[in-house]
Amino acid sequence: MLEIKNLHVQLEEEDKKILKGVNLSLDPGKVHAIMGPNGSGKSTLSYVLSGKKGYEVTSGSAHLEGNDLLVMDPEERAAAGLFLAFQYPVEIPGVGNMTFLRSAVNSQRKLRGEPEMTAGDFLKAVRDKAKHLKIDSDMLKRPVNVGFSGGEKKRNEILQMAMLEPKMCILDETDSGLDVDAMKLVAEGVNALRDKKRTFLVITHYQRLLDHIKPDIVHIMAAGRIIKSGGPELALEVENNGYAKLLEESS
Amino acid sequence: MGIEMNNVDVKDGVDADTVEAVRALSSTYKYGWNTEIEMEYAPKGLSEDIVRLISSKNNEPEWMLDWRLSAYRRWLELKEPNWAMVDYPSIDFQDQYYYARPKSMVEKPKSLDDVDPKLLETYKKLGIPLKEQALLAGVEAPEGERKVAVDAVFDSVSVGTTFQAELKKAGVIFCSFSEAVKDYPELVKKYLGSVVPVSDNYYATLNSAVFSDGSFVYIPEGVRCPMELSTYFRINAENTGQFERTLIIADKGSYVSYLEGCTAPKRDVAQLHAAVVELVILDDAEIKYSTVQNWYPGDENGKGGIYNFVTKRADCRGNRSKVMWTQVETGSAVTWKYPSCILRGNESQGEFYSIAIANNMQQADTGTKMVHLGKNTKSRIVSKGISAGKAQNTYRGLVSMHPKAKDSRNFTQCDSLLIGDKCGAHTVPYIEVKNNSSRVEHEATTSKVDDDQLFYCRSRGMGEEDAVALVVNGFCKEVLQALPMEFAMEAQQLVAISLEGSVG
Ligand SMILES: Nc1ncnc2c1ncn2[C@@H]1O[C@H](COP(=O)(O)OP(=O)(O)OP(=O)(O)O)[C@@H](O)[C@H]1O
Ligand SMILES: [Mg+2]
Repeated sequence: MLEIKNLHVQLEEEDKKILKGVNLSLDPGKVHAIMGPNGSGKSTLSYVLSGKKGYEVTSGSAHLEGNDLLVMDPEERAAAGLFLAFQYPVEIPGVGNMTFLRSAVNSQRKLRGEPEMTAGDFLKAVRDKAKHLKIDSDMLKRPVNVGFSGGEKKRNEILQMAMLEPKMCILDETDSGLDVDAMKLVAEGVNALRDKKRTFLVITHYQRLLDHIKPDIVHIMAAGRIIKSGGPELALEVENNGYAKLLEESS
Repeated sequence: MGIEMNNVDVKDGVDADTVEAVRALSSTYKYGWNTEIEMEYAPKGLSEDIVRLISSKNNEPEWMLDWRLSAYRRWLELKEPNWAMVDYPSIDFQDQYYYARPKSMVEKPKSLDDVDPKLLETYKKLGIPLKEQALLAGVEAPEGERKVAVDAVFDSVSVGTTFQAELKKAGVIFCSFSEAVKDYPELVKKYLGSVVPVSDNYYATLNSAVFSDGSFVYIPEGVRCPMELSTYFRINAENTGQFERTLIIADKGSYVSYLEGCTAPKRDVAQLHAAVVELVILDDAEIKYSTVQNWYPGDENGKGGIYNFVTKRADCRGNRSKVMWTQVETGSAVTWKYPSCILRGNESQGEFYSIAIANNMQQADTGTKMVHLGKNTKSRIVSKGISAGKAQNTYRGLVSMHPKAKDSRNFTQCDSLLIGDKCGAHTVPYIEVKNNSSRVEHEATTSKVDDDQLFYCRSRGMGEEDAVALVVNGFCKEVLQALPMEFAMEAQQLVAISLEGSVG
């Protein structure tokens, strides 16, 4: 599904290297988790994959189902099936959440040459998915993320994901800021989307999310590199012992 | 201004795509085509004879001519104002036509069926069918409930007015200004110039001398106008100014919603448009006046376009009278326009909602005046200025509380949005409070279209321009909501179109 090879990334504005040779290979239907200390480059990786400006790829590659992601515009990547649930979702004043969602769904369809979703079908789908995430109709009417609590913003990201049905979902710390119940809702939202064809890359600091969304593979990222990969037990090790030992081993 | 710049040098570092995007922009003005039609012109230039000629073309009575002539003499003594933050080559008032009408309009057609098909076709192409059906701008009205009556003004004359008979049944008068002078002289005499006096300002005085046509509306006491009224202005002729006059009188306890739209072909030479709009609102009456101004803005180098110098004023003469101005200003090379409210009646209310978009080389200096004279008067100003390209956008607003305007309130919110770093936004508020029981609140913000917002939209699948349009429409939401539904949809699309090429 997603193949990242030897990805080196630095900031465009200053000579600061952030990713220093990331290799990841994600198969369809799998859930991968990335953990790692603050500032190790996890969000940067997700931004570079989704096409945010300001980063320069100095070498390496990233392919989604064989298509070179790095030459595509962000909207083309989205239409190709890539989705990023943001660590810090952005507020858009004056734009209704529903309007935004509809525009997103139909823009992607248009880019893929598919017919637009009718207003009726769209409404039905949103209401249904919102209900599962306990997002009430008021939140659907309000402007995108404006005045949403931290947890509401994260749930809203999952709602977008559920509506867009991407093939490759990247979740950047979707669990942080969630209370116990909200975490369960979000995990259920993700699990409901799990199937043989869909791949997840879950960035998190905490084992507790991984209790709900069971990963197939866990990667540890430090200083712009994946320093270790393993099974779910690797997350437990981090939870119990922190990163010190892992960092030592790798250097 | 860089006027003669046909060949843009592609500098190092400016990629070809950007240049292409900017070039493509000049073709995004959808209404830039021209109608080939035989026209009759008054001789070029301005003189007393031209004023007399315009008056005689309209078969006007003596009093109307005298009114024009006194305006003309006054105008000769006035100086062109220069306080606005706009910069344009000086206008040669002798180098243009003041009157142009299609030859087929020399004999005014008896009904819409007799109007020259070329003219009917023109309005159809603009999305304004001059048929009596409940349609505007291609937007279908729900269940045929909402009808819109249209007065279509083409260069210097009104081509026709729809639904007149049906309106008449309700007692509403809706006709061209020239007809009103003939058919309702008492009303015209009583109210013309009573809101915007002949000597009000340079352009209003010019208009008073040479106005050729326009729309007239009278809503009798207690009548709620059964449909929306609208005037669509089209400038077609070259080197011709359009000077129209609108007079709307809402008698006691009446209500009307009025819409105004305007477009012009692409021409290399700038053209002048100087209109006057007077609204008279008596006790307990209400007027909603909405404008979608989409005159040709000139090309990306500032060549051509309409110079739009407009005086619009509402006189809330009656107690508890109300007016609401809503404007979406996307076109024109230069906009100089301050729809105002004179809150004379006690407890009268004035509202002003504005979106002004300036892209490329456009310059907009627009705002409002809220003059509180009566007790317990209220006003509200919501202005959204959007600048892109190399455009300059100024909000200029006056709020004045007179000594007798006890316990009055104003709230002003003035937001500017910048797209790119070569454009400018300016806010110039004037506030005068001459009593101690009134309150004036002013809030102003300036922001940039945020890259993170655009990236967020794009990461969800929206193209860059769609993302900008979405964010900008969100920024303008309060004003868009103030528009009648059909116009709101049109305005949203217009916002998107006028910003095409502003990013990337
Ligand atoms: N636009 C930027 N300008 C300056 N520094 C940046 C920028 N983007 C990322 N960085 C730096 O790159 C490093 C990696 O940041 P990134 O956000 O990817 O870390 P992270 O692993 O997601 O951390 P966290 O766990 O705290 O979310 C940090 O040192 C950060 O300050
Ligand atoms: Mg992060």
